[in-house]
Amino acid sequence: MSIVEDAKQAVQGAVQGAMQKAIQMAPDSFMPGGKPDPLIRQQHGHIGKPISRLDGPVKVRGEATYAAEFPLDGMLYAALVFSTIAKGRIASLDTDAAEAAPGVELVMTYRNAPRMASMPLFMTSEKACGGNDLPIMQDDRIYWNGEPVALVLAETQEQADHAASLIAVTYDADHSITAMAAAKAKGTEPGMFMGQPLQFATGDAAAALAAAAHRVDETYTTPRHSHNAIELHAATVAWQGDTLRVHDASQMVAHTAWSLGHVFGIDEDKVHVTSPFVGGGFGSKGLWQHQVLAAAASKLAGRPVRLMLSREGVYRIVGGRTVTEQRVAIGASEDGRFDALIHTGTTAMSRHNVLPEPFIVATRSAYAAGSMALDVEVAYLDMVANTFMRAPGEAVGTFALESAIDELAVAMDIDPIELRLRNEPDKDPTTGATFSSREVEKAYRDGAERFGWAERGAPGSRREGEWLIGTGVATATYPYYRMPGGAARITLRRGGHATVDIAAHDMGMGTATAQTQVAADRLGLAMEQVTFRYGDSTLPGVVMAGGSQQTAAIGASVMAAHRDLVTELLKLAGNDSPLAGLDVDEVVGVDGGLAKTDDRTRHESYASILSRAQRDEVVVEATPPAPLETMHWSMHSHGAMFCEVRVNAVTGEVRVSRFLGSFDCGRILNPKTAASQFRGGIIMGLGLALMEETQFDERNGRIMNPSLAEYHVPVHMDVPAIDVIWTDIPDPHTPMGARGVGEIGITGVGAAVANAVFNATGKRVRDLPITLDKLL
Amino acid sequence: MSITVNGLPVPLPSDPRVSLLDMLREDLHLPGTKKGCNQGACGACTVLVDGQRILSCLALAVQYDGRAVMTVEGLAQGGELHPLQAAFVEHDGFQCGYCTPGQLCSAIGMAAEVKRGVPSHVTGDLSAETIALDREELRERMSGNLCRCGAHNGIVDAIFEVYAETEAAE
Repeated sequence: MSIVEDAKQAVQGAVQGAMQKAIQMAPDSFMPGGKPDPLIRQQHGHIGKPISRLDGPVKVRGEATYAAEFPLDGMLYAALVFSTIAKGRIASLDTDAAEAAPGVELVMTYRNAPRMASMPLFMTSEKACGGNDLPIMQDDRIYWNGEPVALVLAETQEQADHAASLIAVTYDADHSITAMAAAKAKGTEPGMFMGQPLQFATGDAAAALAAAAHRVDETYTTPRHSHNAIELHAATVAWQGDTLRVHDASQMVAHTAWSLGHVFGIDEDKVHVTSPFVGGGFGSKGLWQHQVLAAAASKLAGRPVRLMLSREGVYRIVGGRTVTEQRVAIGASEDGRFDALIHTGTTAMSRHNVLPEPFIVATRSAYAAGSMALDVEVAYLDMVANTFMRAPGEAVGTFALESAIDELAVAMDIDPIELRLRNEPDKDPTTGATFSSREVEKAYRDGAERFGWAERGAPGSRREGEWLIGTGVATATYPYYRMPGGAARITLRRGGHATVDIAAHDMGMGTATAQTQVAADRLGLAMEQVTFRYGDSTLPGVVMAGGSQQTAAIGASVMAAHRDLVTELLKLAGNDSPLAGLDVDEVVGVDGGLAKTDDRTRHESYASILSRAQRDEVVVEATPPAPLETMHWSMHSHGAMFCEVRVNAVTGEVRVSRFLGSFDCGRILNPKTAASQFRGGIIMGLGLALMEETQFDERNGRIMNPSLAEYHVPVHMDVPAIDVIWTDIPDPHTPMGARGVGEIGITGVGAAVANAVFNATGKRVRDLPITLDKLL
Repeated sequence: MSITVNGLPVPLPSDPRVSLLDMLREDLHLPGTKKGCNQGACGACTVLVDGQRILSCLALAVQYDGRAVMTVEGLAQGGELHPLQAAFVEHDGFQCGYCTPGQLCSAIGMAAEVKRGVPSHVTGDLSAETIALDREELRERMSGNLCRCGAHNGIVDAIFEVYAETEAAE
């Protein structure tokens, strides 16, 4: 990132800071969510019911179609060749044998690729979503080890793969920086995240730490991680005249359409991106070079193209979570209250992306402390652009923070839950904002009772044969986000059927199912009478499936459209209706029509209103208010994570035998799909704790284990029955009273496991993953 | 040369490099069988050949001359889901759905292995005539099928219900 852009972001950050203060001071009633969503009060609808996912039958029949499963007439298959140096130039490139190979239609390199703009870097404008902003096959320069240097199109995948193996490339390597120590030696820069600096200080934390009655001061390290969605990244593309059609695997279809338009110099409505099913995302299914390369090759060949990355290809060109080195120091008084909380450290990133892993974000709102010092510094490496992966910041930041708190509890001989609760803040520790809803204590009390926390022994005190047994606990936390850009369309037909359209996504979170429940309740219809359409860039809204914000973004968009719909219906109902004289705030959707909220006998069905008005349908589209609630209140979900491990005293092997997540995430819309999101996050957290590491060769910047055989994710045998419970206390200031549930599950898990390992063995591991060699 | 896929005879590909997986997905347009790694590490491509589970990405199609292949598309009988498919929906044994076809085919093959008395790493008595399908056996035997959404509990519950509870009761 350039200095100019840094300055721009810093200014934006300062403006946001000033604005945030003003928004904080404004009355609640001025805010979105100032008046609670009427659905929060409604207790007898579809919301809260464990409804099986609507796309379940299609998925178990194998009939759901993913990005690489749209066969197009005349389609060619693509294969890629990746660079083997981290930085430099292509010295020679021999493509003759590949071009002469059977079935080959095109070999594309920097010599013949069409002129294209770089991808607009994610979050640098409203719809920008490029994973990096580097030239794509525009010249002979190499920016990272694994960058695509050639693409082959052939009639079959076998022919393309074989031809790609015949391409010979040599390089002139430049000096590159691929080791963390070397990058740090060149100096670090302060990190920025979403326009805000990743620094915060109040009081003199260093002095308070030095003067504290009790203190811990330790360094924690976490490695690179890869999302490893089981579906390989893929795109099936075709140019239809001047329109680019993309069947993508995407968690941001509208962003992708706009960004691809920018790359090819065409208007966003000339790019049509759809993604009805996505085989897992976790932050990885954005815009990377493969979609651009597929579209460019298709343009040159004049035929549709399918590009499905190999598993190695995903590791080479789609970034993952980057490495962190974190210091956490806590100074506490005799009664356990924090006098000083210091969380600082360094993360590595490339010069061509926007995400310094923001490991302090959870710490900002977690605990009251007399003084604080938070800082994320960035060391720049020549490596594949790192990116967002499930709970960026919180997933690894809570490992450090919540391990340190456990260490302090051990040092002070206090129960770690009590130590945390003694430091519960009464307002946001860094912004001073009021909490919208914060039930950390209830989550802990409920969880402790269900888990049997009281039976916990001293470190190293439980043993069954070779197995040492221990329990640990940690706080999970993730913010409520709602990003700008939401919009939804509702089409209500005379027969009483409604369609909700929004360019949102369902990568398996259960979005379509939960939002159908919500829309049915809001409209007073049965679920069968509601169709929820998503995953298509031509639908309204610019809604990213990220930041666990879709529930709120869709909820607020549909609320806005619903308000317009009701206004229109009341107008159409006129003076001959039982609803005559009522305004939009006095009615609710119920029994296939509208009724006065406090007198349901004043009811008229949609069919009746539309018939009388001689209308077949009413169509409304609306945009929700800007998400000012996120600045007015401090809005966060929490969880108490309880873990029991068995550690083999001979081999050091760690087995997780029990896990409980006790969550406070507002109202739960669908207990079945929400439980799966919680469990899914926890299981990815078990991987983070015990086995996951993208091994990066610091000599040459190449990822060494680009396969599912060498990067270990939890398998069935690693996953015990995972218990999840929740408070179900609605957040009065969010749509439906809900907060997102997609990311919180992975937070706190690393520390809960590490703390349990300590309780079992007396050994503290501060370097993830906790592999057996670290326990011997 | 031909094989049968879900009961129908189909010709084998002329290119001997074509894997059984690519033949199913690209030649026969049966994309229910998924590609997750193409190197035998994830299990998403699992299909049944004469009732036994195999990884179709590691199988060359021409090796299967005369054999009967069953894919996820062949499990349901008309409008009726296979009991295991219905149990997966009921227990939420998936989220994104991408590993699901492989989990389903693998579970069917796995249950048959247990019935035949084939021991696993966690089987206590290797010489036992019959093996009980408990959750430990089930989890061990299904560990070649990765799931990244973390639907493991639901998958195990669904398989256990169909092959340990229902069938054992019959």
